[in-house]
Amino acid sequence: MNWVDTVLQGILLGGLYALFAAGLSLVFGIMRLVNLAHGDLIVLAAYLIFVLVGTLGLNPFVAMAIAMPIMFAIGWLLQTYVFNRTLGPDILPPLLVTFGLSVVLQNGLLQAYSADSRRIPSGYLETASVRLGSLHVGVMPLLTFASALAVIVILNRLLYATELGRAFRATSDDAVTAGLMGIRPQRTFAIATGIAMAVVAIAALYLGTRSNFDPTIGPARLIYAFESVIMGGLGSLWGTLAGGIVLGVAQTIGGAVNPEWQILAGHIAFVLVLLFRPRGLFPRAVD
Amino acid sequence: MALLQTNGLTAFYRDFQALFGVDLWLDAGETVAIVGANGAGKSTLMRSVSGVLRNKPEQIVFDGRPIGALAAPEVMALGIAMVPEGRKLFPSLTVEENLLIGRYGRSTNGPWSLETIYQLFPVLKERRNNPGTALSGGQQQMVSIGRALMSNPHVLLCDELSLGLAPVIIKDIYAAFPAIRESGASIVIVEQDIGQAMKVADRLYCMMEGRVTLSGRPMELKREAIHAAYFGADS
Ligand SMILES: Nc1ncnc2c1ncn2[C@@H]1O[C@H](COP(=O)(O)OP(=O)(O)OP(=O)(O)O)[C@@H](O)[C@H]1O
Ligand SMILES: [Mg+2]
Repeated sequence: MNWVDTVLQGILLGGLYALFAAGLSLVFGIMRLVNLAHGDLIVLAAYLIFVLVGTLGLNPFVAMAIAMPIMFAIGWLLQTYVFNRTLGPDILPPLLVTFGLSVVLQNGLLQAYSADSRRIPSGYLETASVRLGSLHVGVMPLLTFASALAVIVILNRLLYATELGRAFRATSDDAVTAGLMGIRPQRTFAIATGIAMAVVAIAALYLGTRSNFDPTIGPARLIYAFESVIMGGLGSLWGTLAGGIVLGVAQTIGGAVNPEWQILAGHIAFVLVLLFRPRGLFPRAVD
Repeated sequence: MALLQTNGLTAFYRDFQALFGVDLWLDAGETVAIVGANGAGKSTLMRSVSGVLRNKPEQIVFDGRPIGALAAPEVMALGIAMVPEGRKLFPSLTVEENLLIGRYGRSTNGPWSLETIYQLFPVLKERRNNPGTALSGGQQQMVSIGRALMSNPHVLLCDELSLGLAPVIIKDIYAAFPAIRESGASIVIVEQDIGQAMKVADRLYCMMEGRVTLSGRPMELKREAIHAAYFGADS
Protein backbone atom coordinates (compact mmCIF):
# COMPACT_ATOMS: atom_id res chain seq x y z
CA MET A 1 0.00 0.00 0.00
CA ASN A 2 1.14 3.49 -0.86
CA TRP A 3 0.50 5.87 2.05
CA VAL A 4 1.21 9.03 0.09
CA ASP A 5 -1.31 7.95 -2.51
CA THR A 6 -3.88 7.07 0.17
CA VAL A 7 -3.54 10.44 1.91
CA LEU A 8 -3.73 12.29 -1.40
CA GLN A 9 -6.91 10.43 -2.32
CA GLY A 10 -8.27 11.33 1.08
CA ILE A 11 -7.50 15.03 0.63
CA LEU A 12 -9.19 15.05 -2.75
CA LEU A 13 -12.21 13.24 -1.29
CA GLY A 14 -12.28 15.99 1.31
CA GLY A 15 -12.98 18.39 -1.54
CA LEU A 16 -16.19 16.49 -2.30
CA TYR A 17 -17.25 16.64 1.35
CA ALA A 18 -16.48 20.35 1.44
CA LEU A 19 -18.77 20.80 -1.56
CA PHE A 20 -21.49 18.84 0.27
CA ALA A 21 -20.95 21.03 3.31
CA ALA A 22 -20.42 24.54 1.94
CA GLY A 23 -24.12 25.25 1.44
CA LEU A 24 -25.01 23.80 4.82
CA SER A 25 -22.31 25.94 6.43
CA LEU A 26 -23.51 29.10 4.67
CA VAL A 27 -27.14 28.61 5.65
CA PHE A 28 -26.34 27.68 9.21
CA GLY A 29 -23.99 30.64 9.55
CA ILE A 30 -26.59 33.12 8.34
CA MET A 31 -29.86 31.89 9.83
CA ARG A 32 -28.96 29.15 12.33
CA LEU A 33 -31.06 26.74 10.29
CA VAL A 34 -29.99 23.12 10.09
CA ASN A 35 -31.46 21.75 6.90
CA LEU A 36 -31.90 18.01 7.45
CA ALA A 37 -32.92 17.62 3.79
CA HIS A 38 -29.58 18.97 2.56
CA GLY A 39 -28.30 15.52 1.53
CA ASP A 40 -31.54 14.68 -0.23
CA LEU A 41 -31.41 17.98 -2.10
CA ILE A 42 -27.93 16.98 -3.33
CA VAL A 43 -29.43 13.70 -4.56
CA LEU A 44 -32.33 15.59 -6.16
CA ALA A 45 -29.83 17.79 -8.02
CA ALA A 46 -27.93 14.67 -9.10
CA TYR A 47 -31.11 13.27 -10.65
CA LEU A 48 -31.75 16.61 -12.30
CA ILE A 49 -28.30 16.55 -13.93
CA PHE A 50 -28.75 12.86 -14.75
CA VAL A 51 -32.00 13.60 -16.57
CA LEU A 52 -30.54 16.61 -18.41
CA VAL A 53 -27.60 14.50 -19.58
CA GLY A 54 -29.78 11.49 -20.43
CA THR A 55 -32.65 13.18 -22.25
CA LEU A 56 -30.92 16.15 -23.87
CA GLY A 57 -27.57 14.46 -24.34
CA LEU A 58 -25.81 17.37 -22.66
CA ASN A 59 -22.27 17.42 -21.42
CA PRO A 60 -22.50 16.90 -17.63
CA PHE A 61 -20.79 20.24 -16.93
CA VAL A 62 -23.28 22.04 -19.16
CA ALA A 63 -26.08 20.18 -17.38
CA MET A 64 -24.67 21.37 -14.06
CA ALA A 65 -24.63 24.95 -15.33
CA ILE A 66 -28.34 24.59 -16.13
CA ALA A 67 -29.08 22.84 -12.84
CA MET A 68 -27.50 25.65 -10.80
CA PRO A 69 -30.14 28.34 -11.48
CA ILE A 70 -32.90 25.72 -11.19
CA MET A 71 -31.59 24.68 -7.79
CA PHE A 72 -31.21 28.34 -6.84
CA ALA A 73 -34.91 28.82 -7.59
CA ILE A 74 -35.85 25.71 -5.61
CA GLY A 75 -33.84 26.99 -2.64
CA TRP A 76 -35.36 30.43 -2.92
CA LEU A 77 -38.90 29.02 -3.04
CA LEU A 78 -38.30 26.57 -0.18
CA GLN A 79 -36.94 29.33 2.03
CA THR A 80 -39.67 31.83 1.13
CA TYR A 81 -42.66 29.54 1.40
CA VAL A 82 -41.53 26.89 3.88
CA PHE A 83 -38.42 27.49 5.97
CA ASN A 84 -39.02 31.19 6.76
CA ARG A 85 -42.27 30.25 8.47
CA THR A 86 -40.46 27.88 10.80
CA LEU A 87 -37.73 30.23 11.99
CA GLY A 88 -38.08 31.63 15.47
CA PRO A 89 -36.84 31.24 19.01
CA ASP A 90 -37.87 27.57 18.99
CA ILE A 91 -35.35 25.40 17.11
CA LEU A 92 -37.65 22.39 16.78
CA PRO A 93 -39.96 23.48 13.90
CA PRO A 94 -37.20 23.89 11.27
CA LEU A 95 -35.79 20.48 12.24
CA LEU A 96 -39.19 18.81 11.93
CA VAL A 97 -40.03 20.52 8.65
CA THR A 98 -36.69 19.80 6.97
CA PHE A 99 -36.83 16.23 8.25
CA GLY A 100 -40.27 15.93 6.67
CA LEU A 101 -38.92 17.37 3.44
CA SER A 102 -36.14 14.77 3.52
CA VAL A 103 -38.68 11.95 3.73
CA VAL A 104 -40.81 13.48 0.97
CA LEU A 105 -37.82 13.90 -1.35
CA GLN A 106 -36.59 10.35 -0.80
CA ASN A 107 -39.98 8.84 -1.47
CA GLY A 108 -40.70 11.15 -4.37
CA LEU A 109 -37.42 10.19 -6.04
CA LEU A 110 -38.11 6.54 -5.33
CA GLN A 111 -41.49 6.84 -7.07
CA ALA A 112 -40.08 8.71 -10.02
CA TYR A 113 -36.81 6.90 -10.60
CA SER A 114 -37.12 3.59 -8.68
CA ALA A 115 -34.49 2.28 -6.31
CA ASP A 116 -32.06 1.42 -9.11
CA SER A 117 -28.68 3.01 -8.70
CA ARG A 118 -27.63 5.50 -11.35
CA ARG A 119 -24.54 7.25 -12.49
CA ILE A 120 -24.04 10.42 -14.49
CA PRO A 121 -21.90 9.42 -17.48
CA SER A 122 -18.88 11.66 -17.89
CA GLY A 123 -17.21 9.91 -20.83
CA TYR A 124 -13.44 9.66 -20.87
CA LEU A 125 -13.17 11.83 -17.73
CA GLU A 126 -14.47 8.89 -15.72
CA THR A 127 -11.16 7.09 -16.01
CA ALA A 128 -8.80 9.89 -17.04
CA SER A 129 -5.82 10.48 -14.77
CA VAL A 130 -2.70 12.58 -14.68
CA ARG A 131 0.77 11.68 -13.44
CA LEU A 132 2.07 13.56 -10.40
CA GLY A 133 5.60 12.26 -9.89
CA SER A 134 5.15 8.56 -9.28
CA LEU A 135 1.42 8.88 -8.58
CA HIS A 136 -1.56 8.65 -10.86
CA VAL A 137 -4.33 10.99 -9.82
CA GLY A 138 -7.83 10.92 -11.28
CA VAL A 139 -8.89 14.00 -13.20
CA MET A 140 -12.38 13.91 -11.64
CA PRO A 141 -11.08 13.98 -8.04
CA LEU A 142 -8.75 16.84 -9.00
CA LEU A 143 -11.61 18.76 -10.59
CA THR A 144 -13.73 18.12 -7.50
CA PHE A 145 -11.08 19.57 -5.25
CA ALA A 146 -10.45 22.55 -7.53
CA SER A 147 -14.21 23.22 -7.60
CA ALA A 148 -14.34 23.11 -3.80
CA LEU A 149 -11.52 25.66 -3.61
CA ALA A 150 -13.23 27.89 -6.14
CA VAL A 151 -16.59 27.66 -4.36
CA ILE A 152 -15.04 28.60 -1.03
CA VAL A 153 -13.04 31.50 -2.48
CA ILE A 154 -16.16 32.85 -4.22
CA LEU A 155 -18.42 32.40 -1.20
CA ASN A 156 -15.86 34.15 1.02
CA ARG A 157 -15.62 37.05 -1.40
CA LEU A 158 -19.38 37.24 -1.51
CA LEU A 159 -19.56 37.29 2.28
CA TYR A 160 -16.74 39.72 2.97
CA ALA A 161 -16.51 41.97 -0.08
CA THR A 162 -20.05 42.63 -1.28
CA GLU A 163 -23.07 44.54 -0.06
CA LEU A 164 -25.11 41.33 -0.04
CA GLY A 165 -22.46 39.66 2.14
CA ARG A 166 -22.61 42.54 4.60
CA ALA A 167 -26.38 42.11 4.72
CA PHE A 168 -25.94 38.36 5.35
CA ARG A 169 -23.59 38.97 8.27
CA ALA A 170 -25.66 41.81 9.73
CA THR A 171 -28.85 39.74 9.56
CA SER A 172 -27.07 36.86 11.22
CA ASP A 173 -25.89 39.17 14.04
CA ASP A 174 -29.23 40.86 14.73
CA ALA A 175 -32.22 40.56 12.40
CA VAL A 176 -34.26 43.30 14.14
CA THR A 177 -31.52 45.92 13.80
CA ALA A 178 -30.85 44.74 10.24
CA GLY A 179 -34.49 45.59 9.52
CA LEU A 180 -33.83 49.16 10.69
CA MET A 181 -31.10 49.35 8.02
CA GLY A 182 -33.60 48.48 5.31
CA ILE A 183 -32.64 44.81 5.12
CA ARG A 184 -35.53 42.37 4.75
CA PRO A 185 -34.28 39.35 6.69
CA GLN A 186 -36.61 36.86 5.04
CA ARG A 187 -35.58 37.93 1.54
CA THR A 188 -31.95 37.81 2.57
CA PHE A 189 -32.46 34.27 3.86
CA ALA A 190 -34.13 33.25 0.58
CA ILE A 191 -31.13 34.44 -1.42
CA ALA A 192 -28.76 32.64 0.94
CA THR A 193 -30.61 29.33 0.59
CA GLY A 194 -30.74 29.86 -3.17
CA ILE A 195 -26.97 30.25 -3.25
CA ALA A 196 -26.56 27.17 -1.04
CA MET A 197 -28.66 25.17 -3.48
CA ALA A 198 -26.64 26.41 -6.47
CA VAL A 199 -23.56 25.03 -4.68
CA VAL A 200 -25.52 21.81 -4.09
CA ALA A 201 -25.83 21.45 -7.88
CA ILE A 202 -22.02 21.54 -8.16
CA ALA A 203 -21.70 18.95 -5.40
CA ALA A 204 -24.30 16.81 -7.14
CA LEU A 205 -22.32 16.70 -10.38
CA TYR A 206 -19.30 15.21 -8.64
CA LEU A 207 -21.40 12.94 -6.44
CA GLY A 208 -23.16 11.54 -9.50
CA THR A 209 -20.18 11.17 -11.80
CA ARG A 210 -17.77 9.64 -9.29
CA SER A 211 -20.01 6.95 -7.87
CA ASN A 212 -23.44 5.41 -8.10
CA PHE A 213 -26.35 7.04 -6.38
CA ASP A 214 -29.94 6.11 -5.56
CA PRO A 215 -32.77 7.92 -3.72
CA THR A 216 -31.69 6.70 -0.29
CA ILE A 217 -28.14 7.99 -0.05
CA GLY A 218 -29.01 11.57 0.96
CA PRO A 219 -28.92 11.20 4.75
CA ALA A 220 -25.38 9.78 4.70
CA ARG A 221 -24.22 12.78 2.56
CA LEU A 222 -25.89 15.04 5.13
CA ILE A 223 -23.89 13.38 7.89
CA TYR A 224 -20.59 13.83 6.01
CA ALA A 225 -21.47 17.46 5.36
CA PHE A 226 -22.48 17.98 8.95
CA GLU A 227 -19.30 16.39 10.30
CA SER A 228 -17.20 18.57 8.00
CA VAL A 229 -18.93 21.76 9.16
CA ILE A 230 -18.67 20.88 12.85
CA MET A 231 -15.05 19.68 12.63
CA GLY A 232 -14.07 22.84 10.78
CA GLY A 233 -15.74 25.14 13.28
CA LEU A 234 -19.11 26.78 12.74
CA GLY A 235 -19.12 29.81 10.50
CA SER A 236 -15.75 29.29 8.80
CA LEU A 237 -15.80 28.11 5.19
CA TRP A 238 -12.08 27.34 5.11
CA GLY A 239 -12.66 25.41 8.32
CA THR A 240 -15.34 23.44 6.51
CA LEU A 241 -12.78 22.49 3.83
CA ALA A 242 -10.33 21.45 6.55
CA GLY A 243 -13.09 19.39 8.20
CA GLY A 244 -13.89 17.74 4.88
CA ILE A 245 -10.23 16.87 4.37
CA VAL A 246 -9.92 15.35 7.85
CA LEU A 247 -13.00 13.24 7.13
CA GLY A 248 -11.78 12.22 3.67
CA VAL A 249 -8.28 11.29 4.85
CA ALA A 250 -9.62 9.32 7.82
CA GLN A 251 -11.97 7.40 5.51
CA THR A 252 -9.36 6.50 2.91
CA ILE A 253 -6.80 5.47 5.54
CA GLY A 254 -9.44 3.41 7.35
CA GLY A 255 -10.50 1.89 4.07
CA ALA A 256 -6.90 1.10 3.09
CA VAL A 257 -6.37 -0.81 6.33
CA ASN A 258 -9.64 -2.68 6.00
CA PRO A 259 -12.38 -1.76 3.51
CA GLU A 260 -15.05 -2.34 6.15
CA TRP A 261 -13.54 0.34 8.36
CA GLN A 262 -13.81 3.18 5.86
CA ILE A 263 -17.01 4.82 7.11
CA LEU A 264 -16.32 4.07 10.76
CA ALA A 265 -12.86 5.65 10.57
CA GLY A 266 -14.42 8.92 9.44
CA HIS A 267 -16.84 8.98 12.35
CA ILE A 268 -14.02 8.15 14.79
CA ALA A 269 -11.98 11.08 13.44
CA PHE A 270 -15.02 13.28 13.99
CA VAL A 271 -15.35 12.22 17.61
CA LEU A 272 -11.61 12.65 18.23
CA VAL A 273 -11.53 16.16 16.76
CA LEU A 274 -14.46 17.21 18.93
CA LEU A 275 -12.87 15.59 21.97
CA PHE A 276 -9.76 17.72 21.66
CA ARG A 277 -11.25 20.79 19.99
CA PRO A 278 -14.89 21.00 21.03
CA ARG A 279 -15.47 24.14 18.94
CA GLY A 280 -13.83 22.67 15.85
CA LEU A 281 -10.54 23.39 14.11
CA PHE A 282 -11.19 27.02 13.12
CA PRO A 283 -13.92 28.45 15.33
CA ARG A 284 -15.14 31.93 14.52
CA ALA A 285 -14.15 34.54 17.09
CA VAL A 286 -17.61 36.05 17.52
CA ASP A 287 -20.56 33.77 18.00
CA MET B 1 -48.97 70.00 8.44
CA ALA B 2 -46.38 68.28 10.60
CA LEU B 3 -43.72 66.11 8.97
CA LEU B 4 -44.30 63.29 11.42
CA GLN B 5 -47.28 62.87 13.67
CA THR B 6 -48.79 60.27 15.98
CA ASN B 7 -52.54 60.14 16.55
CA GLY B 8 -53.73 58.35 19.69
CA LEU B 9 -50.89 55.88 19.30
CA THR B 10 -51.32 52.64 21.22
CA ALA B 11 -48.76 49.85 21.42
CA PHE B 12 -48.75 46.41 22.93
CA TYR B 13 -46.31 43.66 23.86
CA ARG B 14 -48.64 40.69 23.52
CA ASP B 15 -51.45 41.63 25.92
CA PHE B 16 -49.38 44.15 27.88
CA GLN B 17 -50.26 47.68 26.80
CA ALA B 18 -47.26 50.02 26.80
CA LEU B 19 -48.67 53.14 25.07
CA PHE B 20 -52.13 54.59 25.78
CA GLY B 21 -52.94 57.12 23.09
CA VAL B 22 -49.82 59.18 22.46
CA ASP B 23 -50.25 62.36 20.40
CA LEU B 24 -47.20 64.26 19.26
CA TRP B 25 -45.76 65.90 16.17
CA LEU B 26 -42.49 66.87 14.62
CA ASP B 27 -42.20 69.75 12.16
CA ALA B 28 -39.69 69.80 9.32
CA GLY B 29 -36.31 71.02 10.53
CA GLU B 30 -37.30 70.73 14.16
CA THR B 31 -35.55 68.93 17.02
CA VAL B 32 -37.90 67.45 19.58
CA ALA B 33 -36.90 65.78 22.81
CA ILE B 34 -38.88 63.10 24.65
CA VAL B 35 -38.03 62.62 28.30
CA GLY B 36 -39.35 60.23 30.88
CA ALA B 37 -38.33 57.82 33.59
CA ASN B 38 -37.51 54.12 33.14
CA GLY B 39 -40.39 52.26 31.59
CA ALA B 40 -42.30 55.38 30.53
CA GLY B 41 -42.66 54.00 27.00
CA LYS B 42 -40.09 56.12 25.17
CA SER B 43 -38.40 53.20 23.42
CA THR B 44 -41.77 51.66 22.65
CA LEU B 45 -42.67 54.91 20.91
CA MET B 46 -39.43 54.84 18.91
CA ARG B 47 -39.95 51.18 17.97
CA SER B 48 -43.49 51.97 16.85
CA VAL B 49 -42.45 54.85 14.62
CA SER B 50 -39.50 52.93 13.12
CA GLY B 51 -41.66 49.91 12.29
CA VAL B 52 -40.11 47.39 14.67
CA LEU B 53 -43.51 47.28 16.36
CA ARG B 54 -46.62 47.27 14.16
CA ASN B 55 -49.44 49.66 14.93
CA LYS B 56 -52.69 50.75 13.31
CA PRO B 57 -51.90 52.50 10.01
CA GLU B 58 -53.43 55.92 10.79
CA GLN B 59 -51.80 56.14 14.21
CA ILE B 60 -48.51 57.28 12.68
CA VAL B 61 -48.48 59.67 9.74
CA PHE B 62 -45.34 60.69 7.88
CA ASP B 63 -45.50 63.34 5.18
CA GLY B 64 -49.24 62.80 4.86
CA ARG B 65 -48.90 59.02 4.58
CA PRO B 66 -50.17 56.52 7.14
CA ILE B 67 -47.15 54.43 8.10
CA GLY B 68 -48.22 52.82 11.38
CA ALA B 69 -48.51 49.34 9.92
CA LEU B 70 -45.34 49.38 7.79
CA ALA B 71 -42.40 47.09 8.56
CA ALA B 72 -39.04 48.59 9.53
CA PRO B 73 -37.39 48.30 6.07
CA GLU B 74 -40.33 50.13 4.46
CA VAL B 75 -40.24 52.92 7.03
CA MET B 76 -36.50 53.22 6.54
CA ALA B 77 -36.92 53.47 2.78
CA LEU B 78 -39.22 56.47 3.30
CA GLY B 79 -36.41 58.29 5.10
CA ILE B 80 -36.83 57.62 8.81
CA ALA B 81 -33.63 56.27 10.34
CA MET B 82 -33.08 55.12 13.90
CA VAL B 83 -30.19 55.09 16.33
CA PRO B 84 -31.47 52.29 18.56
CA GLU B 85 -31.17 52.15 22.32
CA GLY B 86 -27.92 50.38 23.27
CA ARG B 87 -26.30 51.30 19.91
CA LYS B 88 -26.76 47.80 18.44
CA LEU B 89 -23.69 47.69 16.20
CA PHE B 90 -23.20 44.52 14.17
CA PRO B 91 -20.32 42.60 15.79
CA SER B 92 -19.35 40.76 12.59
CA LEU B 93 -18.90 44.03 10.71
CA THR B 94 -16.04 46.51 10.87
CA VAL B 95 -16.67 50.16 11.71
CA GLU B 96 -16.72 51.07 8.05
CA GLU B 97 -19.00 48.16 7.15
CA ASN B 98 -21.35 49.20 9.94
CA LEU B 99 -21.52 52.65 8.37
CA LEU B 100 -21.97 51.27 4.85
CA ILE B 101 -24.83 49.01 5.85
CA GLY B 102 -26.74 52.10 6.97
CA ARG B 103 -27.54 52.95 3.39
CA TYR B 104 -28.49 49.40 2.34
CA GLY B 105 -32.20 50.05 1.97
CA ARG B 106 -32.12 53.60 0.64
CA SER B 107 -29.98 54.96 -2.14
CA THR B 108 -30.32 58.73 -2.08
CA ASN B 109 -27.89 61.50 -2.58
CA GLY B 110 -27.48 63.88 0.28
CA PRO B 111 -24.92 65.45 2.51
CA TRP B 112 -23.94 62.26 4.32
CA SER B 113 -21.35 59.82 2.99
CA LEU B 114 -18.37 57.99 4.49
CA GLU B 115 -16.26 61.14 4.05
CA THR B 116 -18.66 63.49 5.75
CA ILE B 117 -19.29 61.05 8.60
CA TYR B 118 -15.52 60.78 9.10
CA GLN B 119 -15.37 64.60 9.15
CA LEU B 120 -18.09 64.65 11.77
CA PHE B 121 -16.39 61.97 13.91
CA PRO B 122 -12.68 61.91 12.92
CA VAL B 123 -11.82 59.18 15.42
CA LEU B 124 -13.90 56.70 13.40
CA LYS B 125 -11.64 57.08 10.40
CA GLU B 126 -8.65 55.87 12.40
CA ARG B 127 -10.63 52.86 13.57
CA ARG B 128 -12.46 52.13 10.34
CA ASN B 129 -11.11 48.58 10.04
CA ASN B 130 -11.72 47.54 13.66
CA PRO B 131 -14.74 45.44 14.53
CA GLY B 132 -17.49 47.85 15.57
CA THR B 133 -17.75 46.30 18.98
CA ALA B 134 -14.02 46.76 19.74
CA LEU B 135 -14.61 50.49 20.22
CA SER B 136 -15.35 52.43 23.41
CA GLY B 137 -18.99 53.11 24.24
CA GLY B 138 -18.82 56.68 23.03
CA GLN B 139 -17.18 55.71 19.75
CA GLN B 140 -19.77 52.99 19.24
CA GLN B 141 -22.47 55.60 19.71
CA MET B 142 -20.78 57.70 17.01
CA VAL B 143 -20.83 54.71 14.65
CA SER B 144 -24.50 54.12 15.41
CA ILE B 145 -25.34 57.77 14.65
CA GLY B 146 -23.19 57.70 11.52
CA ARG B 147 -24.84 54.48 10.37
CA ALA B 148 -28.28 56.09 10.62
CA LEU B 149 -27.09 59.25 8.84
CA MET B 150 -25.65 57.25 5.92
CA SER B 151 -29.18 56.86 4.54
CA ASN B 152 -29.55 60.66 4.46
CA PRO B 153 -32.79 60.48 6.41
CA HIS B 154 -35.50 63.13 6.64
CA VAL B 155 -36.07 62.10 10.24
CA LEU B 156 -33.43 60.87 12.66
CA LEU B 157 -34.71 59.01 15.73
CA CYS B 158 -32.19 58.77 18.61
CA ASP B 159 -32.98 56.53 21.56
CA GLU B 160 -30.95 57.41 24.68
CA LEU B 161 -27.65 58.44 23.19
CA SER B 162 -26.26 59.09 26.67
CA LEU B 163 -26.95 55.59 27.99
CA GLY B 164 -23.94 54.38 29.98
CA LEU B 165 -21.64 57.16 28.82
CA ALA B 166 -19.53 59.59 30.88
CA PRO B 167 -20.71 63.24 30.87
CA VAL B 168 -17.70 64.48 28.90
CA ILE B 169 -18.35 61.86 26.19
CA ILE B 170 -22.04 62.77 26.09
CA LYS B 171 -20.99 66.37 25.48
CA ASP B 172 -18.79 65.27 22.55
CA ILE B 173 -21.65 63.37 20.99
CA TYR B 174 -24.16 66.18 21.32
CA ALA B 175 -21.57 68.54 19.82
CA ALA B 176 -22.31 66.82 16.49
CA PHE B 177 -25.98 67.80 16.52
CA PRO B 178 -25.73 71.33 15.16
CA ALA B 179 -24.10 69.89 12.03
CA ILE B 180 -26.78 67.21 11.76
CA ARG B 181 -29.53 69.84 12.03
CA GLU B 182 -27.73 71.96 9.48
CA SER B 183 -27.87 69.03 7.05
CA GLY B 184 -31.66 69.34 7.05
CA ALA B 185 -32.70 66.35 9.13
CA SER B 186 -35.54 66.66 11.62
CA ILE B 187 -34.59 65.00 14.88
CA VAL B 188 -36.31 63.16 17.72
CA ILE B 189 -34.15 62.67 20.78
CA VAL B 190 -35.17 60.38 23.61
CA GLU B 191 -33.38 61.08 26.88
CA GLN B 192 -33.67 60.36 30.56
CA ASP B 193 -31.41 63.36 31.21
CA ILE B 194 -33.73 66.40 31.22
CA GLY B 195 -30.86 68.92 31.25
CA GLN B 196 -29.35 67.53 28.06
CA ALA B 197 -32.74 67.37 26.37
CA MET B 198 -33.57 71.02 27.23
CA LYS B 199 -30.30 72.16 25.66
CA VAL B 200 -30.77 70.65 22.21
CA ALA B 201 -34.53 70.63 21.74
CA ASP B 202 -36.89 73.16 20.19
CA ARG B 203 -39.73 71.42 21.98
CA LEU B 204 -40.01 68.90 24.74
CA TYR B 205 -42.45 66.10 25.52
CA CYS B 206 -42.62 64.42 28.91
CA MET B 207 -43.88 60.85 29.10
CA MET B 208 -45.03 58.77 32.02
CA GLU B 209 -46.60 55.31 32.04
CA GLY B 210 -47.35 55.28 28.34
CA ARG B 211 -48.84 58.76 28.09
CA VAL B 212 -47.64 62.26 27.27
CA THR B 213 -47.92 64.23 30.49
CA LEU B 214 -46.47 67.57 29.41
CA SER B 215 -45.23 69.34 26.32
CA GLY B 216 -43.93 72.74 25.32
CA ARG B 217 -40.87 74.86 24.59
CA PRO B 218 -38.04 74.41 27.10
CA MET B 219 -38.03 78.13 27.98
CA GLU B 220 -41.73 78.11 28.76
CA LEU B 221 -41.85 75.01 30.93
CA LYS B 222 -41.56 75.39 34.67
CA ARG B 223 -39.18 73.15 36.56
CA GLU B 224 -41.87 71.95 38.97
CA ALA B 225 -44.20 71.12 36.10
CA ILE B 226 -41.53 69.01 34.41
CA HIS B 227 -40.73 67.37 37.71
CA ALA B 228 -44.35 66.45 38.23
CA ALA B 229 -44.77 65.22 34.65
CA TYR B 230 -41.63 63.13 34.89
CA PHE B 231 -42.01 61.51 38.29
CA GLY B 232 -45.73 61.78 38.87
CA ALA B 233 -47.62 64.46 40.77
CA ASP B 234 -47.12 63.20 44.29
CA SER B 235 -43.36 62.65 44.25
N1 LIG C 1 -40.05 43.41 24.71
C1 LIG C 1 -40.93 43.73 25.70
N2 LIG C 1 -41.84 42.82 26.12
C2 LIG C 1 -42.71 43.13 27.09
N3 LIG C 1 -42.78 44.32 27.71
C3 LIG C 1 -41.90 45.26 27.33
C4 LIG C 1 -40.93 45.01 26.31
N4 LIG C 1 -40.19 46.13 26.15
C5 LIG C 1 -40.67 47.02 27.03
N5 LIG C 1 -41.69 46.51 27.75
C6 LIG C 1 -42.48 47.21 28.78
O1 LIG C 1 -43.08 48.35 28.18
C7 LIG C 1 -43.01 49.46 29.04
C8 LIG C 1 -42.32 50.61 28.34
O2 LIG C 1 -40.95 50.24 28.10
P1 LIG C 1 -39.96 51.12 27.24
O3 LIG C 1 -38.77 50.29 26.96
O4 LIG C 1 -40.68 51.71 26.11
O5 LIG C 1 -39.59 52.27 28.28
P2 LIG C 1 -38.51 53.41 28.18
O6 LIG C 1 -39.23 54.67 28.46
O7 LIG C 1 -37.76 53.33 26.92
O8 LIG C 1 -37.56 53.08 29.41
P3 LIG C 1 -35.97 53.21 29.53
O9 LIG C 1 -35.73 54.64 29.91
O10 LIG C 1 -35.63 52.28 30.64
O11 LIG C 1 -35.35 52.85 28.23
C9 LIG C 1 -42.30 49.00 30.29
O12 LIG C 1 -43.27 48.69 31.27
C10 LIG C 1 -41.59 47.75 29.87
O13 LIG C 1 -41.49 46.83 30.94
MG1 LIG D 1 -35.82 52.97 26.39
